[in-house]
Amino acid sequence: MSESALGKALRTDPGSFAVRAVSMLFQFVIPLGLAATAISGERGLGNVLTYLVPVALAIVGLSVLIAYLQWTRLTYTVGAEDIRVESGVLSRAARSVPFDRIQDVSLEQKWLPRLFGLVEVKFETGASGGDDLKLAYLSQDEGARLRQTVRSRRDGPTTSGDEPKYPAVEPEPELLFAMPPRRVLAFGIFEFSLAVFAVLGGLAQTFESALPWELWDLGLWQERLAGPGQYLAGLGALAQVVGAIFALLSLALVGVATGVVRTVLREWDFRLERTDKGLRRRRGLLTRTDLVMPVHRVQALRVRTGLIRRRFGWHSLKVVSLASDSGSANHDAAPFARMDEIAPIVRETGFALPHDKLDWHRASGRAHFDSALINFSILTIIATMIAIFSPLWWSALFPFVFGIFAALREIYLWRFNRHALDDTQLYARHGLFAPSTAIGSRVKLQSVDIVQGPIARWRGYADLRLGLAGGRLNLGALPVERAKSLRRALLDSMALLDFSQTMEKGTAPD
Amino acid sequence: MDDPDHLTPLDPAYRSMLRVQFAILAFVLLAAATVAEIAIPGWTGAVWLPVLLLATWLLIRLPMRRYAARGYSLAGERLRVVRGILFRSDTVVPFGRVQHIDVNQGPLERAFRLATLTVHTAGSHNASVSLPGLAHRDALAMREDIRAAIRRNTQ
Repeated sequence: MSESALGKALRTDPGSFAVRAVSMLFQFVIPLGLAATAISGERGLGNVLTYLVPVALAIVGLSVLIAYLQWTRLTYTVGAEDIRVESGVLSRAARSVPFDRIQDVSLEQKWLPRLFGLVEVKFETGASGGDDLKLAYLSQDEGARLRQTVRSRRDGPTTSGDEPKYPAVEPEPELLFAMPPRRVLAFGIFEFSLAVFAVLGGLAQTFESALPWELWDLGLWQERLAGPGQYLAGLGALAQVVGAIFALLSLALVGVATGVVRTVLREWDFRLERTDKGLRRRRGLLTRTDLVMPVHRVQALRVRTGLIRRRFGWHSLKVVSLASDSGSANHDAAPFARMDEIAPIVRETGFALPHDKLDWHRASGRAHFDSALINFSILTIIATMIAIFSPLWWSALFPFVFGIFAALREIYLWRFNRHALDDTQLYARHGLFAPSTAIGSRVKLQSVDIVQGPIARWRGYADLRLGLAGGRLNLGALPVERAKSLRRALLDSMALLDFSQTMEKGTAPD
Repeated sequence: MDDPDHLTPLDPAYRSMLRVQFAILAFVLLAAATVAEIAIPGWTGAVWLPVLLLATWLLIRLPMRRYAARGYSLAGERLRVVRGILFRSDTVVPFGRVQHIDVNQGPLERAFRLATLTVHTAGSHNASVSLPGLAHRDALAMREDIRAAIRRNTQ
């Protein structure tokens, strides 16, 4: 890109048109040829070719024409502040990416473009929709020049010296959290899982045809059990109860064993260290994974617990990081720990746990009342239908009781779901038996959304949905006024920092 | 900027474009209803009449309501997009969180000189927020505004 080309709309390399034509050849002509030879066995090759060849030629001709039109209508412009790509024959699409948002430029060469000496240029930004700006294809030189241009544009005015900041000798990593074998085993016991039965069931179904009898045929089972079953029935009620308890115990044993094995495989020798580049986590018995979470890219935290484990004081800490970092955006930082072990890790990420002086707010009582009423009414209607039409009228009790539970659950959720806002962070607590607390940084949010359905509008409440890189943070059913004031406050703090600043080191809230 | 009075309505041409869009839909529905009427013995009109009513509503009422329900604001370096008749959504993206910007035009939009502005963010929720029904000229101007703001803020 010479300086004279600045601001001029350029076309991609004419070769990209050739690449497209060749790849189309592979997509259409070769399958068509194969199909022709396959059919020709029946009717004779000449016969088929007479009408297949014109069709194939027409398709190829048309696609080449379309590809040509598309190529002529695809232009890119390197402006003073952004790079712009315009494309489309019937529809027009124009994408503009400011240089300040481009994190990297990657050049990719597949084998076919490579034959023509062409590269695909990708401009990577922080956008999480997965659609970054792409240019296919440019000559290798042009690609390299473009990358150079973008890099110098971006780094030009702001002297960022990210790399040399690191000292040559890394300081000794500091251990933040580790799980000795005893802890892993204890964790496994709480990870009770009956997944093994699902797996066995699936296997049984897959190989059912190989089994000598029908697995799901109840009659057959009764027949088979008739001999020993008769004997069991003869033993009387006490023996049957003992048998049932024994069966339940063995079920529990299998569940615990599955949980322990899975947990040991995944969490063995769990270590979380503070290194120069961020939090480093290693874990696993057979496959050992090693992951580095840069502290300045942590977007939010999640502290969770479970129905039973909370009675014993066990919690887990997850870190929500930028989605683009490594597949999953949620990383376990401490899967099974005491709160006083979690606190130092939280401090390390630059966040803070909820403190005592927080002003917690509940969701709108009306919203939960409405949900309770709707759930209960629907299930009561179902119960009534069953009571009227079903011969087993008493089975109507199931949906009815379930409806009562659903309504009670809403009341409890209203009592337990809450949120709070302080100077730097937003806290949201969800859940009844297994509460989880999300902690988000006010400046690291991406967008704010207020959503209302028809009932919510009538009754005056709204959902507040926050755009968070790599995760979600929703506050459900707030009174409209509260939602609006929260939005105002959040937007004001978001405006303090630009996106690029929130991704830099040393801007994590204290 | 929370003041709803500050919302800018979309370009009036958007109403006409919606009408054309719904006219195509109404035409398809009516054609299907006609086929159904022919298939059912006797011209009862049991299918045709309700579909005709629906088509009238699509042509006359719905474009107006949809147009009235939508609006945007650029006040305070924030893009605010309001939409939805039954299910309302009110989205705000500060310019400082925009990653890149699209200005797209479908064939119909080109005929009416309209465009859709889409801003992409780094959030998993609201990864892209689009605002249809802008005059193409305005959409381009808004893109320049947002880009200039990003430039200012990163300096």
